[in-house]
Amino acid sequence: MRLFEMILLLSLVVCAVSVAFTRDLLTSIVIFMSYSLIMCVIWVLLQSPDLAITEAAVGAGVTSILFFLTLKKIRAIRKEDQDEQAKG
Amino acid sequence: MSRQRDDYENSWWRKFKGWVDGEVDLLAEGMEIRAPQMQEEGKTDKPSAPLLPSGTAENPLRETQPTDGQLPKIAEERRGIRWLRRFYQVMSVFLCLSIIFVLLWTVAYLPAFGNAGNPDNNEVSARYIERGVQETGAINIVTGMILDYRAFDTFGESCVLFIASCCVLVLLRIDITESGGRAGKRLAESNDRLFEPKDDVILQKCACILVPLILVFGIYIVLNGHLSPGGGFSGGAVLGSGLIFYLNAFGFRKTERFFTEKVYRRITLCALTFYCLAKSYSFFTGANHLKSGIPLGTPGAIISSGLILPLNICVGLVVACTMYAFYALFRKGGM
Repeated sequence: MRLFEMILLLSLVVCAVSVAFTRDLLTSIVIFMSYSLIMCVIWVLLQSPDLAITEAAVGAGVTSILFFLTLKKIRAIRKEDQDEQAKG
Repeated sequence: MSRQRDDYENSWWRKFKGWVDGEVDLLAEGMEIRAPQMQEEGKTDKPSAPLLPSGTAENPLRETQPTDGQLPKIAEERRGIRWLRRFYQVMSVFLCLSIIFVLLWTVAYLPAFGNAGNPDNNEVSARYIERGVQETGAINIVTGMILDYRAFDTFGESCVLFIASCCVLVLLRIDITESGGRAGKRLAESNDRLFEPKDDVILQKCACILVPLILVFGIYIVLNGHLSPGGGFSGGAVLGSGLIFYLNAFGFRKTERFFTEKVYRRITLCALTFYCLAKSYSFFTGANHLKSGIPLGTPGAIISSGLILPLNICVGLVVACTMYAFYALFRKGGM
Protein backbone atom coordinates (compact mmCIF):
# COMPACT_ATOMS: atom_id res chain seq x y z
CA MET A 1 0.00 0.00 0.00
CA ARG A 2 2.88 2.30 0.80
CA LEU A 3 4.34 1.63 -2.64
CA PHE A 4 0.98 2.31 -4.30
CA GLU A 5 0.69 5.63 -2.52
CA MET A 6 4.20 6.59 -3.55
CA ILE A 7 3.51 5.71 -7.17
CA LEU A 8 0.34 7.80 -7.06
CA LEU A 9 2.08 10.80 -5.54
CA LEU A 10 4.94 10.53 -8.02
CA SER A 11 2.57 10.43 -10.98
CA LEU A 12 0.72 13.39 -9.46
CA VAL A 13 3.92 15.43 -9.55
CA VAL A 14 4.71 14.22 -13.06
CA CYS A 15 1.22 15.20 -14.24
CA ALA A 16 1.39 18.60 -12.59
CA VAL A 17 4.73 19.41 -14.19
CA SER A 18 3.86 18.07 -17.61
CA VAL A 19 0.63 20.11 -17.76
CA ALA A 20 2.75 23.23 -17.71
CA PHE A 21 5.28 21.97 -20.22
CA THR A 22 2.97 20.49 -22.84
CA ARG A 23 2.72 22.57 -25.99
CA ASP A 24 -0.57 21.14 -27.22
CA LEU A 25 -3.45 22.58 -25.22
CA LEU A 26 -5.67 19.56 -25.81
CA THR A 27 -3.03 17.21 -24.44
CA SER A 28 -2.48 19.39 -21.41
CA ILE A 29 -6.20 19.28 -20.60
CA VAL A 30 -6.21 15.50 -20.85
CA ILE A 31 -3.22 15.39 -18.51
CA PHE A 32 -5.06 17.76 -16.17
CA MET A 33 -7.98 15.35 -16.21
CA SER A 34 -5.73 12.44 -15.28
CA TYR A 35 -4.29 14.60 -12.50
CA SER A 36 -7.80 14.93 -11.10
CA LEU A 37 -8.40 11.21 -11.34
CA ILE A 38 -5.16 10.42 -9.48
CA MET A 39 -6.16 13.00 -6.87
CA CYS A 40 -9.53 11.25 -6.60
CA VAL A 41 -7.85 7.90 -5.81
CA ILE A 42 -5.64 9.65 -3.27
CA TRP A 43 -8.71 11.12 -1.55
CA VAL A 44 -10.17 7.61 -1.27
CA LEU A 45 -6.91 6.37 0.24
CA LEU A 46 -6.99 9.27 2.70
CA GLN A 47 -10.47 8.09 3.77
CA SER A 48 -12.49 11.01 2.49
CA PRO A 49 -14.83 9.48 -0.08
CA ASP A 50 -17.07 12.55 -0.29
CA LEU A 51 -14.16 14.63 -1.55
CA ALA A 52 -13.33 11.83 -3.98
CA ILE A 53 -16.84 11.98 -5.45
CA THR A 54 -16.64 15.75 -5.82
CA GLU A 55 -13.18 15.60 -7.33
CA ALA A 56 -14.25 12.98 -9.88
CA ALA A 57 -17.38 14.92 -10.84
CA VAL A 58 -16.02 18.46 -10.82
CA GLY A 59 -12.29 18.13 -11.40
CA ALA A 60 -12.24 15.36 -13.96
CA GLY A 61 -15.68 15.94 -15.42
CA VAL A 62 -17.15 19.41 -15.53
CA THR A 63 -13.96 21.49 -15.44
CA SER A 64 -12.31 19.57 -18.27
CA ILE A 65 -15.45 19.75 -20.36
CA LEU A 66 -15.60 23.51 -19.86
CA PHE A 67 -11.92 23.71 -20.89
CA PHE A 68 -12.65 21.68 -24.02
CA LEU A 69 -15.53 23.98 -24.88
CA THR A 70 -13.39 27.05 -24.38
CA LEU A 71 -10.68 25.63 -26.62
CA LYS A 72 -13.29 24.94 -29.24
CA LYS A 73 -14.66 28.47 -28.97
CA ILE A 74 -11.28 30.12 -29.33
CA ARG A 75 -10.39 27.60 -32.04
CA ALA A 76 -7.32 26.31 -30.32
CA ILE A 77 -8.08 22.67 -31.08
CA ARG A 78 -6.14 21.93 -34.21
CA LYS A 79 -8.49 19.35 -35.68
CA GLU A 80 -11.36 21.80 -35.58
CA ASP A 81 -9.27 24.33 -37.49
CA GLN A 82 -8.48 21.85 -40.22
CA ASP A 83 -12.10 20.85 -40.53
CA GLU A 84 -13.19 24.42 -40.85
CA GLN A 85 -10.52 25.21 -43.40
CA ALA A 86 -11.58 22.22 -45.45
CA LYS A 87 -15.15 23.41 -45.24
CA GLY A 88 -14.65 27.04 -46.12
CA MET B 1 -65.40 37.67 0.26
CA SER B 2 -63.13 37.71 -2.69
CA ARG B 3 -62.80 40.97 -4.43
CA GLN B 4 -61.91 40.89 -8.07
CA ARG B 5 -58.83 42.87 -8.75
CA ASP B 6 -58.69 45.06 -11.79
CA ASP B 7 -55.06 45.97 -11.47
CA TYR B 8 -53.66 42.46 -11.73
CA GLU B 9 -50.88 43.73 -13.96
CA ASN B 10 -49.72 46.04 -11.20
CA SER B 11 -50.11 43.57 -8.37
CA TRP B 12 -47.20 42.62 -6.21
CA TRP B 13 -47.29 38.95 -7.17
CA ARG B 14 -47.41 39.76 -10.87
CA LYS B 15 -44.35 41.98 -10.55
CA PHE B 16 -42.52 39.31 -8.57
CA LYS B 17 -43.37 36.65 -11.15
CA GLY B 18 -42.22 38.91 -13.94
CA TRP B 19 -38.97 39.54 -12.14
CA VAL B 20 -38.34 35.82 -11.62
CA ASP B 21 -39.18 35.03 -15.23
CA GLY B 22 -36.98 37.82 -16.50
CA GLU B 23 -39.76 39.75 -18.21
CA VAL B 24 -38.96 42.93 -16.34
CA ASP B 25 -35.53 44.39 -16.98
CA LEU B 26 -34.59 46.22 -13.84
CA LEU B 27 -31.64 47.85 -15.55
CA ALA B 28 -33.64 49.00 -18.56
CA GLU B 29 -33.39 52.67 -17.80
CA GLY B 30 -30.22 52.68 -15.78
CA MET B 31 -27.03 50.94 -16.71
CA GLU B 32 -27.03 49.33 -20.10
CA ILE B 33 -24.20 47.30 -21.51
CA ARG B 34 -24.11 47.29 -25.27
CA ALA B 35 -21.89 45.25 -27.47
CA PRO B 36 -19.29 47.34 -29.27
CA GLN B 37 -20.14 48.33 -32.81
CA MET B 38 -18.91 46.29 -35.70
CA GLN B 39 -15.43 46.95 -36.96
CA GLU B 40 -16.49 47.48 -40.58
CA GLU B 41 -18.87 50.18 -39.51
CA GLY B 42 -16.24 51.80 -37.34
CA LYS B 43 -13.71 51.93 -40.14
CA THR B 44 -15.74 53.96 -42.57
CA ASP B 45 -16.57 56.76 -40.24
CA LYS B 46 -13.11 57.13 -38.84
CA PRO B 47 -12.04 60.60 -39.86
CA SER B 48 -8.39 60.35 -38.90
CA ALA B 49 -7.59 57.45 -41.26
CA PRO B 50 -7.12 58.81 -44.77
CA LEU B 51 -8.64 56.59 -47.42
CA LEU B 52 -6.44 55.63 -50.30
CA PRO B 53 -7.84 56.62 -53.66
CA SER B 54 -6.53 53.53 -55.45
CA GLY B 55 -9.59 51.50 -54.53
CA THR B 56 -7.86 49.15 -52.10
CA ALA B 57 -9.64 50.77 -49.22
CA GLU B 58 -10.61 47.56 -47.49
CA ASN B 59 -8.08 47.97 -44.77
CA PRO B 60 -7.03 51.60 -44.73
CA LEU B 61 -5.28 51.40 -41.39
CA ARG B 62 -2.69 48.95 -42.56
CA GLU B 63 -2.04 50.49 -45.94
CA THR B 64 -1.77 54.05 -44.79
CA GLN B 65 1.76 55.31 -45.22
CA PRO B 66 2.82 57.37 -42.25
CA THR B 67 3.56 60.94 -43.12
CA ASP B 68 6.83 62.57 -42.16
CA GLY B 69 5.44 64.10 -39.03
CA GLN B 70 4.18 60.74 -37.74
CA LEU B 71 7.40 58.75 -38.16
CA PRO B 72 9.33 59.78 -35.04
CA LYS B 73 6.15 59.53 -33.05
CA ILE B 74 5.65 55.90 -34.11
CA ALA B 75 9.28 55.04 -33.34
CA GLU B 76 8.89 56.58 -29.94
CA GLU B 77 5.73 54.58 -29.32
CA ARG B 78 7.47 51.36 -30.34
CA ARG B 79 10.35 52.07 -28.02
CA GLY B 80 7.88 52.69 -25.22
CA ILE B 81 6.08 49.44 -25.92
CA ARG B 82 9.35 47.51 -25.92
CA TRP B 83 10.36 49.10 -22.65
CA LEU B 84 6.96 48.34 -21.15
CA ARG B 85 7.17 44.72 -22.20
CA ARG B 86 10.57 44.29 -20.58
CA PHE B 87 9.22 46.00 -17.47
CA TYR B 88 6.34 43.55 -17.38
CA GLN B 89 8.68 40.57 -17.63
CA VAL B 90 10.92 41.81 -14.84
CA MET B 91 7.97 42.68 -12.66
CA SER B 92 6.27 39.32 -13.20
CA VAL B 93 9.41 37.44 -12.17
CA PHE B 94 9.83 39.74 -9.19
CA LEU B 95 6.20 39.30 -8.13
CA CYS B 96 6.40 35.52 -8.50
CA LEU B 97 9.57 35.31 -6.42
CA SER B 98 8.20 37.59 -3.72
CA ILE B 99 4.99 35.55 -3.43
CA ILE B 100 7.02 32.34 -3.17
CA PHE B 101 9.17 33.96 -0.50
CA VAL B 102 6.18 35.18 1.52
CA LEU B 103 4.42 31.80 1.36
CA LEU B 104 7.54 29.90 2.40
CA TRP B 105 8.13 32.41 5.18
CA THR B 106 4.61 31.73 6.46
CA VAL B 107 5.07 27.97 6.22
CA ALA B 108 8.21 28.25 8.34
CA TYR B 109 6.13 29.65 11.18
CA LEU B 110 3.50 26.89 11.09
CA PRO B 111 3.61 24.39 13.97
CA ALA B 112 4.80 20.89 13.23
CA PHE B 113 2.31 18.50 11.68
CA GLY B 114 0.61 16.12 14.11
CA ASN B 115 1.78 17.89 17.23
CA ALA B 116 -0.68 17.41 20.09
CA GLY B 117 -0.31 21.00 21.25
CA ASN B 118 -1.33 22.48 17.91
CA PRO B 119 -4.07 25.10 17.93
CA ASP B 120 -6.33 22.93 15.77
CA ASN B 121 -6.49 20.33 18.54
CA ASN B 122 -8.91 22.28 20.70
CA GLU B 123 -12.26 21.77 22.36
CA VAL B 124 -14.29 22.64 19.22
CA SER B 125 -13.37 19.51 17.28
CA ALA B 126 -13.68 17.39 20.40
CA ARG B 127 -17.17 18.76 20.95
CA TYR B 128 -18.13 18.09 17.31
CA ILE B 129 -16.93 14.50 17.56
CA GLU B 130 -18.45 13.78 20.96
CA ARG B 131 -21.85 15.43 20.69
CA GLY B 132 -22.30 15.87 16.95
CA VAL B 133 -24.69 12.96 16.48
CA GLN B 134 -26.68 13.92 19.53
CA GLU B 135 -27.01 17.58 18.60
CA THR B 136 -27.45 17.41 14.83
CA GLY B 137 -28.81 13.91 14.36
CA ALA B 138 -26.53 13.27 11.40
CA ILE B 139 -24.45 10.11 11.28
CA ASN B 140 -22.10 11.69 8.74
CA ILE B 141 -20.21 14.09 10.96
CA VAL B 142 -18.98 16.18 8.03
CA THR B 143 -22.53 16.95 6.92
CA GLY B 144 -23.48 17.62 10.52
CA MET B 145 -20.74 20.21 10.63
CA ILE B 146 -21.20 21.94 7.30
CA LEU B 147 -25.00 21.97 7.31
CA ASP B 148 -25.75 22.47 10.97
CA TYR B 149 -22.95 24.04 12.97
CA ARG B 150 -21.58 25.97 10.01
CA ALA B 151 -24.57 26.16 7.72
CA PHE B 152 -24.08 29.85 7.07
CA ASP B 153 -20.74 29.12 5.41
CA THR B 154 -22.45 26.62 3.13
CA PHE B 155 -25.12 29.19 2.34
CA GLY B 156 -22.38 31.58 1.29
CA GLU B 157 -20.86 28.89 -0.91
CA SER B 158 -24.16 28.22 -2.66
CA CYS B 159 -24.59 31.95 -3.22
CA VAL B 160 -21.08 32.16 -4.65
CA LEU B 161 -21.97 29.43 -7.13
CA PHE B 162 -25.15 31.26 -8.08
CA ILE B 163 -23.29 34.55 -8.50
CA ALA B 164 -20.66 32.82 -10.62
CA SER B 165 -23.33 31.44 -12.94
CA CYS B 166 -24.90 34.91 -13.14
CA CYS B 167 -21.53 36.37 -14.16
CA VAL B 168 -21.12 33.72 -16.84
CA LEU B 169 -24.63 34.54 -18.00
CA VAL B 170 -23.78 38.24 -18.25
CA LEU B 171 -20.54 37.57 -20.09
CA LEU B 172 -21.57 34.85 -22.48
CA ARG B 173 -25.24 35.38 -23.19
CA ILE B 174 -26.10 36.32 -26.73
CA ASP B 175 -28.65 39.03 -27.30
CA ILE B 176 -31.09 37.59 -29.82
CA THR B 177 -33.01 40.82 -30.18
CA GLU B 178 -29.94 42.62 -31.50
CA SER B 179 -30.76 44.23 -34.80
CA GLY B 180 -29.03 43.58 -38.07
CA GLY B 181 -27.72 40.51 -39.80
CA ARG B 182 -24.69 40.39 -37.59
CA ALA B 183 -26.64 39.01 -34.65
CA GLY B 184 -27.90 36.11 -36.70
CA LYS B 185 -24.42 35.37 -37.96
CA ARG B 186 -22.95 35.53 -34.49
CA LEU B 187 -25.76 33.36 -33.18
CA ALA B 188 -25.19 30.71 -35.81
CA GLU B 189 -21.46 30.82 -35.19
CA SER B 190 -21.73 30.40 -31.47
CA ASN B 191 -24.66 28.05 -31.60
CA ASP B 192 -22.74 24.93 -32.41
CA ARG B 193 -25.83 22.85 -32.51
CA LEU B 194 -25.35 23.08 -36.24
CA PHE B 195 -21.88 21.59 -36.15
CA GLU B 196 -22.35 18.88 -33.59
CA PRO B 197 -22.50 15.30 -34.79
CA LYS B 198 -26.13 14.37 -34.80
CA ASP B 199 -27.45 11.06 -33.56
CA ASP B 200 -24.20 9.44 -32.58
CA VAL B 201 -25.37 5.86 -32.04
CA ILE B 202 -22.59 4.79 -29.69
CA LEU B 203 -22.98 7.86 -27.52
CA GLN B 204 -26.75 7.54 -27.41
CA LYS B 205 -26.70 3.86 -26.47
CA CYS B 206 -24.13 4.53 -23.75
CA ALA B 207 -26.23 7.43 -22.52
CA CYS B 208 -29.36 5.26 -22.43
CA ILE B 209 -27.62 2.93 -20.00
CA LEU B 210 -25.48 5.36 -18.03
CA VAL B 211 -27.57 8.52 -17.62
CA PRO B 212 -30.28 6.90 -15.43
CA LEU B 213 -27.59 5.27 -13.30
CA ILE B 214 -25.68 8.54 -12.90
CA LEU B 215 -28.82 10.49 -12.04
CA VAL B 216 -30.02 7.88 -9.54
CA PHE B 217 -26.57 7.79 -7.97
CA GLY B 218 -26.58 11.58 -7.69
CA ILE B 219 -30.01 11.59 -6.06
CA TYR B 220 -28.83 8.85 -3.71
CA ILE B 221 -25.80 10.92 -2.69
CA VAL B 222 -27.98 13.99 -2.09
CA LEU B 223 -30.65 12.18 -0.09
CA ASN B 224 -28.17 10.15 1.94
CA GLY B 225 -25.97 13.11 2.69
CA HIS B 226 -26.55 12.88 6.42
CA LEU B 227 -26.00 9.12 6.57
CA SER B 228 -23.17 8.31 4.21
CA PRO B 229 -20.27 10.19 2.62
CA GLY B 230 -21.39 12.83 0.17
CA GLY B 231 -23.98 15.51 0.45
CA GLY B 232 -25.46 18.33 -1.50
CA PHE B 233 -22.39 19.51 -3.33
CA SER B 234 -21.06 16.12 -4.44
CA GLY B 235 -24.49 14.84 -5.38
CA GLY B 236 -25.31 18.03 -7.23
CA ALA B 237 -22.07 17.82 -9.18
CA VAL B 238 -22.85 14.22 -10.15
CA LEU B 239 -26.38 15.23 -11.19
CA GLY B 240 -25.02 18.11 -13.26
CA SER B 241 -22.51 15.84 -14.98
CA GLY B 242 -25.30 13.39 -15.79
CA LEU B 243 -27.37 16.18 -17.31
CA ILE B 244 -24.41 17.36 -19.38
CA PHE B 245 -23.87 13.82 -20.64
CA TYR B 246 -27.53 13.58 -21.59
CA LEU B 247 -27.31 16.91 -23.38
CA ASN B 248 -24.24 15.78 -25.30
CA ALA B 249 -25.87 12.57 -26.42
CA PHE B 250 -29.30 13.84 -27.40
CA GLY B 251 -28.82 17.53 -28.10
CA PHE B 252 -30.51 20.65 -26.89
CA ARG B 253 -33.90 19.80 -28.32
CA LYS B 254 -34.47 17.04 -25.74
CA THR B 255 -33.19 18.93 -22.73
CA GLU B 256 -35.05 22.11 -23.59
CA ARG B 257 -38.27 20.27 -22.94
CA PHE B 258 -37.65 20.17 -19.23
CA PHE B 259 -34.77 22.54 -18.53
CA THR B 260 -35.06 26.10 -19.74
CA GLU B 261 -33.81 29.35 -18.34
CA LYS B 262 -37.13 29.85 -16.61
CA VAL B 263 -36.85 26.51 -14.84
CA TYR B 264 -33.29 27.33 -13.86
CA ARG B 265 -34.30 30.66 -12.38
CA ARG B 266 -37.20 29.19 -10.46
CA ILE B 267 -35.26 26.26 -9.04
CA THR B 268 -32.30 28.33 -7.89
CA LEU B 269 -34.49 31.09 -6.47
CA CYS B 270 -36.67 28.62 -4.56
CA ALA B 271 -33.72 26.63 -3.26
CA LEU B 272 -31.71 29.64 -2.13
CA THR B 273 -34.72 31.34 -0.56
CA PHE B 274 -35.70 28.17 1.29
CA TYR B 275 -32.14 27.71 2.49
CA CYS B 276 -31.97 31.31 3.69
CA LEU B 277 -35.32 31.20 5.49
CA ALA B 278 -34.81 27.75 7.02
CA LYS B 279 -31.33 28.54 8.21
CA SER B 280 -32.18 31.93 9.61
CA TYR B 281 -35.13 30.31 11.41
CA SER B 282 -33.00 27.65 12.99
CA PHE B 283 -30.21 30.14 13.57
CA PHE B 284 -32.42 32.52 15.51
CA THR B 285 -34.35 29.85 17.38
CA GLY B 286 -31.70 27.17 17.79
CA ALA B 287 -29.00 29.53 19.00
CA ASN B 288 -28.82 31.09 22.44
CA HIS B 289 -30.31 28.01 24.10
CA LEU B 290 -33.72 28.49 22.47
CA LYS B 291 -35.56 25.41 21.29
CA SER B 292 -35.70 25.16 17.51
CA GLY B 293 -38.78 22.91 17.62
CA ILE B 294 -37.64 20.73 14.73
CA PRO B 295 -37.51 17.06 15.74
CA LEU B 296 -34.19 15.39 15.04
CA GLY B 297 -35.59 11.87 14.70
CA THR B 298 -33.64 8.69 15.19
CA PRO B 299 -30.08 8.96 13.91
CA GLY B 300 -29.61 6.61 10.98
CA ALA B 301 -33.12 6.88 9.55
CA ILE B 302 -33.52 8.52 6.18
CA ILE B 303 -35.89 11.15 7.56
CA SER B 304 -33.94 12.41 10.48
CA SER B 305 -31.57 15.13 11.59
CA GLY B 306 -34.06 17.94 11.21
CA LEU B 307 -33.23 20.48 8.57
CA ILE B 308 -30.16 18.79 7.12
CA LEU B 309 -32.02 16.69 4.54
CA PRO B 310 -33.98 19.58 2.95
CA LEU B 311 -30.90 21.77 3.04
CA ASN B 312 -28.94 19.02 1.28
CA ILE B 313 -31.62 18.86 -1.40
CA CYS B 314 -31.46 22.65 -1.84
CA VAL B 315 -27.68 22.70 -2.20
CA GLY B 316 -27.84 19.74 -4.59
CA LEU B 317 -30.40 21.49 -6.80
CA VAL B 318 -28.40 24.71 -6.91
CA VAL B 319 -25.16 22.93 -7.75
CA ALA B 320 -26.73 20.70 -10.41
CA CYS B 321 -28.45 23.66 -12.07
CA THR B 322 -25.28 25.72 -11.97
CA MET B 323 -23.16 22.98 -13.56
CA TYR B 324 -25.67 22.48 -16.33
CA ALA B 325 -26.05 26.23 -16.83
CA PHE B 326 -22.28 26.68 -17.14
CA TYR B 327 -22.15 24.05 -19.83
CA ALA B 328 -25.15 25.36 -21.73
CA LEU B 329 -23.87 28.93 -21.59
CA PHE B 330 -20.44 27.91 -22.83
CA ARG B 331 -21.99 25.89 -25.63
CA LYS B 332 -24.50 28.27 -27.11
CA GLY B 333 -24.72 31.33 -24.91
CA GLY B 334 -28.11 30.58 -23.44
CA MET B 335 -30.14 27.90 -21.85
